[in-house]
Formats: sequence, structure tokens, C-alpha cells
Amino acid sequence: MSQREIAYSEVNDDIVRSLVVTGRNYYITLAVSILVTFACFFGPWFYQIQYGIGAAGMNHPTVWGTYLASFIFWIGLSHSGTLLSAVLHLTNSEWRKAMYRSAEAMTLFSVMVAATMVMVHVGRPWFVHWAVPYPNQMEMWPNFRSPLMFDVMAITTYMTGSIIFIYMGTIPDFAAVRDRTTGWRHHMYVLLSLGWRGTDTEWHRLHWAYTFLAVLIVPLAVSVHSIVSWDFALSIVPALHQTIFAPYFVVGAIYSGTAGIVTVMFVLRKYMKFEHLITKLHFDNLGKLLLVMSLLWTYINAVELFTGWYSESSEEYEALGFRLFGFYGPLYWEMILFCAVAPLLLISKRFRTSFVPMLILSIAINIGMYTERFLIVATSLPRQYLPDAWGMYYPSLVEILIMIGSFGMFTTLFLIFVKIFPSVSLYEVKETLPEPQPKLRTQSESGAS
Amino acid sequence: MSFMDTLRTRWQEYRKPGYYDEFDYAWTMTIDLDRCTGCGACVTACQAENNIPLVGETELARGREMQWIRIERYWEGEYPNVKLNFIPMLCQHCDAAPCETVCPVSATYHNQDGLNAQVYNRCIGTRSCAVYCPYEVRYFNYYDHEWPSPLDQQLNPDVSVREKGVMEKCTFCIQRIRQAKDTAKDDGRRRVLDGEVQPACVQTCATEAMVFGDRNDPQSQVSQSMNDPRAYHVLEEVNTAPSVVYLKKVEANVST
Repeated sequence: MSQREIAYSEVNDDIVRSLVVTGRNYYITLAVSILVTFACFFGPWFYQIQYGIGAAGMNHPTVWGTYLASFIFWIGLSHSGTLLSAVLHLTNSEWRKAMYRSAEAMTLFSVMVAATMVMVHVGRPWFVHWAVPYPNQMEMWPNFRSPLMFDVMAITTYMTGSIIFIYMGTIPDFAAVRDRTTGWRHHMYVLLSLGWRGTDTEWHRLHWAYTFLAVLIVPLAVSVHSIVSWDFALSIVPALHQTIFAPYFVVGAIYSGTAGIVTVMFVLRKYMKFEHLITKLHFDNLGKLLLVMSLLWTYINAVELFTGWYSESSEEYEALGFRLFGFYGPLYWEMILFCAVAPLLLISKRFRTSFVPMLILSIAINIGMYTERFLIVATSLPRQYLPDAWGMYYPSLVEILIMIGSFGMFTTLFLIFVKIFPSVSLYEVKETLPEPQPKLRTQSESGAS
Repeated sequence: MSFMDTLRTRWQEYRKPGYYDEFDYAWTMTIDLDRCTGCGACVTACQAENNIPLVGETELARGREMQWIRIERYWEGEYPNVKLNFIPMLCQHCDAAPCETVCPVSATYHNQDGLNAQVYNRCIGTRSCAVYCPYEVRYFNYYDHEWPSPLDQQLNPDVSVREKGVMEKCTFCIQRIRQAKDTAKDDGRRRVLDGEVQPACVQTCATEAMVFGDRNDPQSQVSQSMNDPRAYHVLEEVNTAPSVVYLKKVEANVST
């Protein structure tokens, strides 16, 4: 590790400080994000429930809009967290340890926001539970052939899996924090740590269960976004009916998720003062991953265009032409610039290890990825088979507000998280540190101390 | 015989034509484009029969029209030699309907008559059926509609008024089909007679361009009409097996 020598106690102090000591900036940010959530998300949503989906800009050929784009975006953003953390855990990547907790939290909260976006999207959100298979006296079951129903299953499974994964990995840290806090916090962590004492048996079981869950979560994460892509690919809409869609969405998800992690890591490093825990090494490695993902993503995009062209069907030509050169054409080229061209900068190590350029690039990538999702919806549906039913779609003010509000909601959830969960894994960071010399301590003691 | 075998046998019997006489219909419509004048009477009749709301000018401009049947207009040629073609477009009641597979709550399903039914009470408004439909004939209630007086006095009591957030579409006037079946039962007949039931659009068509009936009955008017060499399905290449058959417009040799 390229970081300077840190002692075990310093790690503990840093992280307990991040939980206990709360500055004015934190409260201001929290207040602003709660305000944004209510003013931009719940307010417009309430209006939309009252008025009907007509408050959004959807119309006859384009019945899906930014809500679905946001849904895919948030699901995509959720991808890297748990998936990356699980993959890196299985491949024994040391550098994962300082960043995985916040990455997993990002997963959890983006899945939550995505689930809320589904509620915003549907016409009658008060009946959305009908898509869940539950026994009822009418013996009505959901339609098991529907990709949307697969979606409900996949997302709830992924959400449950992610919650268990993050919670289980945090139990020893809850115990460590429990032993260092007083008052109501102490009581809360007593509950959260489930009586963790740090015995060898406990550690053994934790590691076993954690690895088991990691193995479980990798295929789960891949399946979730494949299934999200089937919402589109199983239709016969030109430019959506493509076999490449499942890998396309998975790659896109990991891509935007990794960029999201870079953004979150930068913010955590800067504002939680984790400079010595989150280092250039992490940005370097994440940068390499981003580069690989961007190349894959570019390749899949080229394939998508190629198959459209190769099909030689007029519908595909029209849809692709509309996407590339139609009203939203400039957005397409913006997406190519942000997601395919700009990430080539990551080839340079100097770029990967500089923090601010990485932050800017990661935000640009996510803007590009949001655009991608928007274009999938907004440029395919207006150009379908019957030219008489062609149309155009423009997002309405309510949609734009809800999109902004969803970011506020994510930030709010994340801000609450950093004050309850140790946002950097205490025990695993310590595993990477040299053991303290004067007094030989076993791993188990250090974890529970 | 195992449980699964029993089930399979039952299922096959159930699907066998003639097993349930009273269900064994395959409602079909033919539309003769040679006769269609594009007058739009079917659109109006449908609007009146099925309580389809009038969205008004602003909503129409936003592309939120509600027409279970619409007249598609296609222009051919440049200005002096212009030709206008009409295709009335309504729900094709596909036998392999993409909209049915995608609905997560089975709000749209295939009934025994081969109709593509829509259960308004079950619909949660994901609008995915409208995306999956290649004919673009599904219409969504973007808000609660109002019927300005005196239009509210002419709402059809046989058809429910749909609330906001619900998808709706052509039903082949299922309320009339049900009524005809009831009448047949009351008269002690097992089958509805050919021509006994007509959807509003067919009934109103001045040029008799539309024919409606049961294609399981080889003698019915619609079966005969389907045998016309001009018969074709719109978007046959997407393999949806539609129940609406169009009869191609015969081109006159007009020299320009």
C-alpha cells in the first residue's frame, strides 16, 4: 500500500469521529437535500398523483419517458457498489477495503430511489403491489411471462441481498463503534451489532457467510440489469428489439456505477477527511476499471448501430437515423463525447491519479449515461412501425423536477447513512495495516476493540 | 394417469374447436380499403359507444388523443399528382399479442373468443403494453376526463368510464358481443348468428367497408370476405397473428 503508516487506533478514531462529530456544513447540506427532496420530488409527485400522469410530458407514441430513464439510471448506478465489492472480495483485492462500504451504500440507496421511480412511473401507484406475487382471496397472480414482473422479482431480491450484504459486513464495525460511543448512540449500536464479541468462531462464520453472499450476489447483480434490459429488448420496437441489450445494460450499469463510486469517494475523501484511507491507489484502480468499461461500452454501441444497419429494415433505419440525427441527435453525440471519447484520457496514469479531473470525468460519464437511458426511451418510441403514429416527446417541468428531486433523495439517504454506518470498513482497513509491534494482538481483538 | 397428464388432456379438449360451443368464437373483422372513404364515421361511432373522452385541443396538440379506431392517412406523390390512402387502425386483437405477455398484472389477456381483453380495474398503468404494441392502438388515460354537458347525458351505461392512470383500447364492442351471447342463450340457441352482433364502427360504416363476424364459421360473411385474394394483415412481418384483415385497395391505372 502506498499510504503512510497508520496505527489501528487512528483508524478507529477517524471513523468514530466521522460518526460522532458533526459539523455545520453537514447540517446545511442535509437540510438543503431534504428540502430539495420534498420540493422537487414529493411535491411534484403529489401533484402528479392528483392530476394524473398527464402532468408529465408523455403522449401517445411515447408512453415512457424520463421516469423510466431515471429508473434505469438509478438501477445502473446501483450496480457497481455491491457487484464491485463482491467481485473484488472474491478476487482478494486489497484496495477494495477502504471503499467498499460507501460503494455498497450507494447501491442500496440507488436501488431505493429506483424503486421509488417505478412508483412515480406507473399510472396507479397505489396498486403497484399487484405486480408482486402474494396470496390473495381472488387468486390473482401477476403475469409470470412479463419482463416487468421479472424486474420486480429481480430488484427486490437484489435489494434484499444488498441490504444483508452491507449489514453483515458492518457488524464488527458496529461492535467497534458500540465500544467507543456513549448515550443513545451506544444503545443503537448495541442493537445493530447483534451482540458481536469478536471471538474466533464469530470471525470464522462472518467470513464464511460473507464470501457465500458475495458469490451469490455476483450473478444476481448481472441478472438484475439483464432483466431491466428485457423490458425493452423483449418488445418489437425497432432499435430496442436487440439481443445485445442485456450485456449492453450490464456493462452500462457497471460503467455508470463505477463512475458514481469515483464521485462518492471524492466527496467522502474531501468532506469526511479520509485522505489517508482513500488514496491515489483507489482512484488509479477505479480509473482502470472505468477505462475497460468505457471501451466495452463503446464496442457494444458500435455493435448496436451495426446490427441496426445490417438488418436493412426501413424501421430500424428510421429509428437509428432519428437517434443519430433527429431532434435529440446532439444529445447522442454528447453521450458519445462523454462516455466514449473523454474516458480515453484514463489511459494516462497521471490523469487517473489526479483527484479533481477524475471527479469531473466521473460526473461527465454519469451525465452521458443518463443521456443514454433517456435516448433509449425518447428516440425509439416516437419512431415505430406506423408513420401515422409517429410523434415527439419533450420532458415536462414536473419530470425535470422529479429527476432533480431523486438526486436530492439519494443525497439525503446517503447523508443519513454516513452518520449511522461507519462509512469505511474499520476491520478490513486494519487488515491491510502493519500490525502494531509492542503488543501482539490477534485480529479478533482488534476488530472488537 | 398423473395429474399433469389429466391437466394436459383437459387443456387440449378445452382448446378443441366445438368442445365449448358457446365459447368457440374467433371474432374477426375485415376492412375493405377499396370501400373506405376515410369519412371518420367509425371514429365518431366508437367515441359515442365506448365512452371515449374528448381530450380537447390542447391535449390533442400534446399527442394525447383518444381514439380506439383512427383513420391513418398516407399521402403519396408530389403536389399535383397526390394520392391519399386511408387505413382505419384499431386494435388488431392479435392471437400472438405482444401486449399480453408484457403486462405484469395480466390486466390484458386473451379471452375464449380470441379477443384481446383489457381489464381496467386490474391495470396499474405501466404503459408497457402500449410500447409493445406495434400498431400503436392503445390509449392511456393521462388524467380524469370530463364530459361537458350535455355529453355526460349520453354515456353508455354498458361501458365503464375509465379513471386516470389506466390503459384502454378497442374491445370489438365486447358489451355487444356479451349481449348477443345472452340473447342467443335466452332463445335456446347455442351460437350467435352471423351478423347478429356488430361493433359500433361496423354498424355505422356507410360504405360497408367493414365486416365483422366469427371466422370459425366457414359460412359467415367475414370468412368469405377473408378469402378475398386482396386480403392481408398490417405488419405481417412482426408475426402477431392479427384478427383484423385488410383488403388491399386496387390501384386504378391512372395515367398522369
